[in-house]
Amino acid sequence: MFDDFFIRALFAGIGVAFVTGPLGCFVIWRRLSYFGDTLAHSALLGVTIAYSLEFNIAFSVFITSSLIALILVQLQNKTNLPGDALLGLLAHSSLAVGLVVIGFLTFIRFDIMGLLFGDILAVTVNDIYIIWFGGALILLILKLIWKPLFASTVNYELAEAEGLNPDRAKAIFTILMAAIIAISIKMVGLLLITGMLIIPAAMARNISDSPLKMVTYSIIGGLLSVLIGLFSSLEFNTPSGPSIVAAALFLFILSLLKIKQTIKLKN
Amino acid sequence: MSSENNILVKLKNAGIRQNDKWLVQGVSLEVEKGKIVTLIGPNGSGKSTTAKIALGIYKKIEGNVEKFTDKIGYVPQKISVDWTLPLRVHDFMVLTENLKDEEINKALTLTGVLNLKNKNLGNLSGGEFQRVLLARAISKKPELLVLDEPVQGVDFTGEIALYKLIKEISDKLNCGILLISHDLHTVMSATDHVVCLNGHVCCSGSPIDVAKNNEYKALFGEQASQILSRYEHKHDHVHSNDGSIKQKN
Repeated sequence: MFDDFFIRALFAGIGVAFVTGPLGCFVIWRRLSYFGDTLAHSALLGVTIAYSLEFNIAFSVFITSSLIALILVQLQNKTNLPGDALLGLLAHSSLAVGLVVIGFLTFIRFDIMGLLFGDILAVTVNDIYIIWFGGALILLILKLIWKPLFASTVNYELAEAEGLNPDRAKAIFTILMAAIIAISIKMVGLLLITGMLIIPAAMARNISDSPLKMVTYSIIGGLLSVLIGLFSSLEFNTPSGPSIVAAALFLFILSLLKIKQTIKLKN
Repeated sequence: MSSENNILVKLKNAGIRQNDKWLVQGVSLEVEKGKIVTLIGPNGSGKSTTAKIALGIYKKIEGNVEKFTDKIGYVPQKISVDWTLPLRVHDFMVLTENLKDEEINKALTLTGVLNLKNKNLGNLSGGEFQRVLLARAISKKPELLVLDEPVQGVDFTGEIALYKLIKEISDKLNCGILLISHDLHTVMSATDHVVCLNGHVCCSGSPIDVAKNNEYKALFGEQASQILSRYEHKHDHVHSNDGSIKQKN
């Protein structure tokens, strides 16, 4: 069944969309889009390490991104630099170091474009297993920490006061972010992963009136983006990541029309 | 029953320092089952901070805090929900605890906002929001309620009704309440124990004791202690409109 590269890409993309849907909502609610970007940029370093040490890419990216998240927390505690400056510092320096390392690895041929923007031709059966098993695990863990994570997203002190341990939920969520980047990097590419996280969720916000609806619509939006994106990628021979994100943008614009309508109705 | 077993939370010489400045220090107090302890004091005197210390929100504190219950309901002083998060009253009610629909309805009915159940949190007025906050805190039947100015923005009649409700809840659920209030009238009439703060504990005790205290008078002015004397005497006489006092029969 997985013989055809396009079928493989479809399965991989659908798996990714199921996970980016709910995580993306939290990225928007908790204002983490730059944090997601930083983790994604650092993924390049993870990829180079994977190549030079002959590791699995997803595993290596997961470890590198988690480490970068840890370093960020340390920097936040030790310096007075504002959060966005720290994020920029980490994002670009890890991207730079990654590219420098690639320069040294002359014996390996890199498809840089594929890394940055995703490459459906590169998706293997093994990748599909990683996406579906990894994705299922991410969703399961997210379900387990949903209550404390969501409560502390609404109000940290309330969650802490009523004994939900929001700090632990936040730490686990950070690891989940690293994990989704690790499993989706081949599909979407590291420059566009954050787009895959936030655009369907932003679209969902425009048409939802409860958190659960927003998560559901965000998943549906992600799935549609993957389908539209991949088919047009096949049709027009465009890179998969940008095609998927462009499809997500198209859906977002449609959702804006719906907002305009409701405003009109209210008046 | 010894009162030791009834203690829900106990602060011993507790305080917190931020950037080498004490936000509040040397606070000792305890909240027992079925009792209402009220914190009063001017703005910036550390009332909310003390409540947060009692709740264990701050990690680095001086002194110590002992909590003897996990069933806590908290009404924070300020809470703002971002537009990006679509949240109805109903979703907010089950934020920290899974409740049955009837439990949600009951709590919302008690605070008089059942009609808002499906409304978006962002569309509520200040007073409506306070009622929802209070409903959420009591709906989980807590052993300890921490209420940080729970009736701010509520209209006058609603305020009286809500304070009455708080007193009823304290009696019915036998839960302890740590209340922060600006309203000296209510504090003095419905409270078991008053702690007067101004960066530290100025004075504490029963409402009557506190009202007589000179530091309290210095902080709130002579008039504030008159508030209480009116309550103290109201059982044996009435004040008529012309200012004369008639003895009750």
